[in-house]
Amino acid sequence: MANTATNPFAVKPSLARTWEKANFWIFRLAAYFILACGLAIIGNIAIKGSRTVFQSTAPFINTTFLTQAPETLYVFEYNGVKRHLGNGEFRVFQEQEIAKAKAAGQPPPQFKNLETFVYSAGGIFPCIVGTLLLVVGSMTIALTLGVSSAIYLSEYAKPGRIVRLIRLAILNLAGVPSIVFGLFGYGMFVVFFGWNVSILAGWFTLAFMVLPVVITASEEALRAVPKGFREGSLALGATKWQTIRKSVLPYALPGILTSSILGIARVAGETAPIMFTAAYVMLDKLPWQAGGFNDFFFQGVMALPYHIYVVSSKIPQNEYTERVQYGTAFVFLLLVAGIAAASILLRNRLRRLYKW
Amino acid sequence: MENPASAPSVAAPRPFEIPTSSVLKAPTPRTLIDVTHLDFNYGPKQALFDINLKLDEKRVTAFIGPSGCGKSTLLRCFNRMNDLIDGTRIARGSIQINGIDIYRPDVDPIELRKRVGMVFQKSNPFPKSIYENITYGLRIQGINTKSRLDEVVEKSLRGAALWDEVKDRLHESGLGLSGGQQQRLCIARAIAVEPQIILMDEPCSALDPIATAKVEELIHALKREYTIIIVTHSMQQAARVSDKTAFFYIGKLIEYADTRTIFMNPSNPQTEAYVSGRFG
Repeated sequence: MANTATNPFAVKPSLARTWEKANFWIFRLAAYFILACGLAIIGNIAIKGSRTVFQSTAPFINTTFLTQAPETLYVFEYNGVKRHLGNGEFRVFQEQEIAKAKAAGQPPPQFKNLETFVYSAGGIFPCIVGTLLLVVGSMTIALTLGVSSAIYLSEYAKPGRIVRLIRLAILNLAGVPSIVFGLFGYGMFVVFFGWNVSILAGWFTLAFMVLPVVITASEEALRAVPKGFREGSLALGATKWQTIRKSVLPYALPGILTSSILGIARVAGETAPIMFTAAYVMLDKLPWQAGGFNDFFFQGVMALPYHIYVVSSKIPQNEYTERVQYGTAFVFLLLVAGIAAASILLRNRLRRLYKW
Repeated sequence: MENPASAPSVAAPRPFEIPTSSVLKAPTPRTLIDVTHLDFNYGPKQALFDINLKLDEKRVTAFIGPSGCGKSTLLRCFNRMNDLIDGTRIARGSIQINGIDIYRPDVDPIELRKRVGMVFQKSNPFPKSIYENITYGLRIQGINTKSRLDEVVEKSLRGAALWDEVKDRLHESGLGLSGGQQQRLCIARAIAVEPQIILMDEPCSALDPIATAKVEELIHALKREYTIIIVTHSMQQAARVSDKTAFFYIGKLIEYADTRTIFMNPSNPQTEAYVSGRFG
């Protein structure tokens, strides 16, 4: 069109165009709003938590917080200076000052305005250990059971009543609330099997909770592998399992790992299933310190999400508990991000290795 | 069919050449595959009706016919690949290979497929290296000695006329080859397990003319050692490549004879109509 004045394709303002623009902005704002919420939540936790986790002096990370068990915080005034000391340190300090005063022939020292705050000193090391153990164990169980079921459902099973029943069961499992899983775990593993509150009970409860996600995603990943690989392999005289093992499963692994990343975040963060089955409010010993190899599986653990719950609602709130809460939440986010990053690295490696 | 009245209805002269080599084959061929009164069903729907066919050893037989006539179905019956689809069954009749009914309960389809290989329409090399593609069939049988595997790789690639092109890149991915090379790789993979019969389901339909010519040349060379059954949509290809041809139409075998006869002198009017291009 040489002459723009007579352009028949020119933009004509109309109601439809206005609605188009309006809706575009509505959708865009909705998406950005979600982004903003996500940033707000994570940012809030990161900012408040990093005050606990990071410190301004070397080594810049509050190693006490990450490597020690929780202790009671003693806040007191001594010689006009307000001090904060953990349980162990306070006793040492107390003995030192009493000994000094005795040696100098003075009366025993007075600790003014002594206040104690539970779980506000020390660190959360046992919780980190507990969460890691729970995640690793339950994901192993969930992946083993889930991938096996997915292989059966997508490669071996003939369509029929039983397969429909299995799929219905998986869907139902996906809809069960996590607290109900906790009760189920308590009834089945803790009481009926007699495992008591233990890592083993926690593993199985969490594994069942995350199973539907793993099965669904694994089935999708298996179905995405082209049929030609299976036909080519079978036509050479391979058994079905040989075909799956060599020509299908390796190429479905990246998809299966993606589902496991989502599973890991869920397993690490759920409090309700582990409340009755694996988690204790406070434990002195780490699981491997309790006895022999067999005893390891029947120990309870402390866990990060349960610790946040305990510190936030079971004890009176103050500035010290807030510090611990946000610190724990931040460490938890970092932990899950770390495990997810490891999973992503593994998945990318597998993608390069089994490129198709 | 020598009726002069029908001659003008054949519009143009047939542009393909009939190989005469099939006439010069001296010994009488032995029947390897014997199909008797075969009825085949996909669920409730019948796909093959009373097929009777004897296929010769160390010959190339072509199955021709319009789409949906059942030629691929019959081909896939020979190595029991139809078992992978739910609801398929042989309603009547039998297929005997070397005198043994392959649908007998004591016949293992896995063993059968080691002796009856298949090349598919869309070439499906595994996304592994060329070397691993060829040795796949041997590894699943437990043969793992490197010297033997190397030997088989070279023999199969030479047999598939691919050795010179890929001998320097055996450990590169099979997917990096061109379409024609991939199909020849699939043929090499099939002959690595030393089958007796090779089934080819429209192997050249996805290939350009030059690649097609190479594969057809390969089939000529292979028929000295293997029995080949090829399903093809192209009548010209059937005429170039095969010794005997079977014409199918809507699940029935219409005519089966020497290729020369089918194309120059068919006895059935439907065959005549198909090969002269009046439908298809």
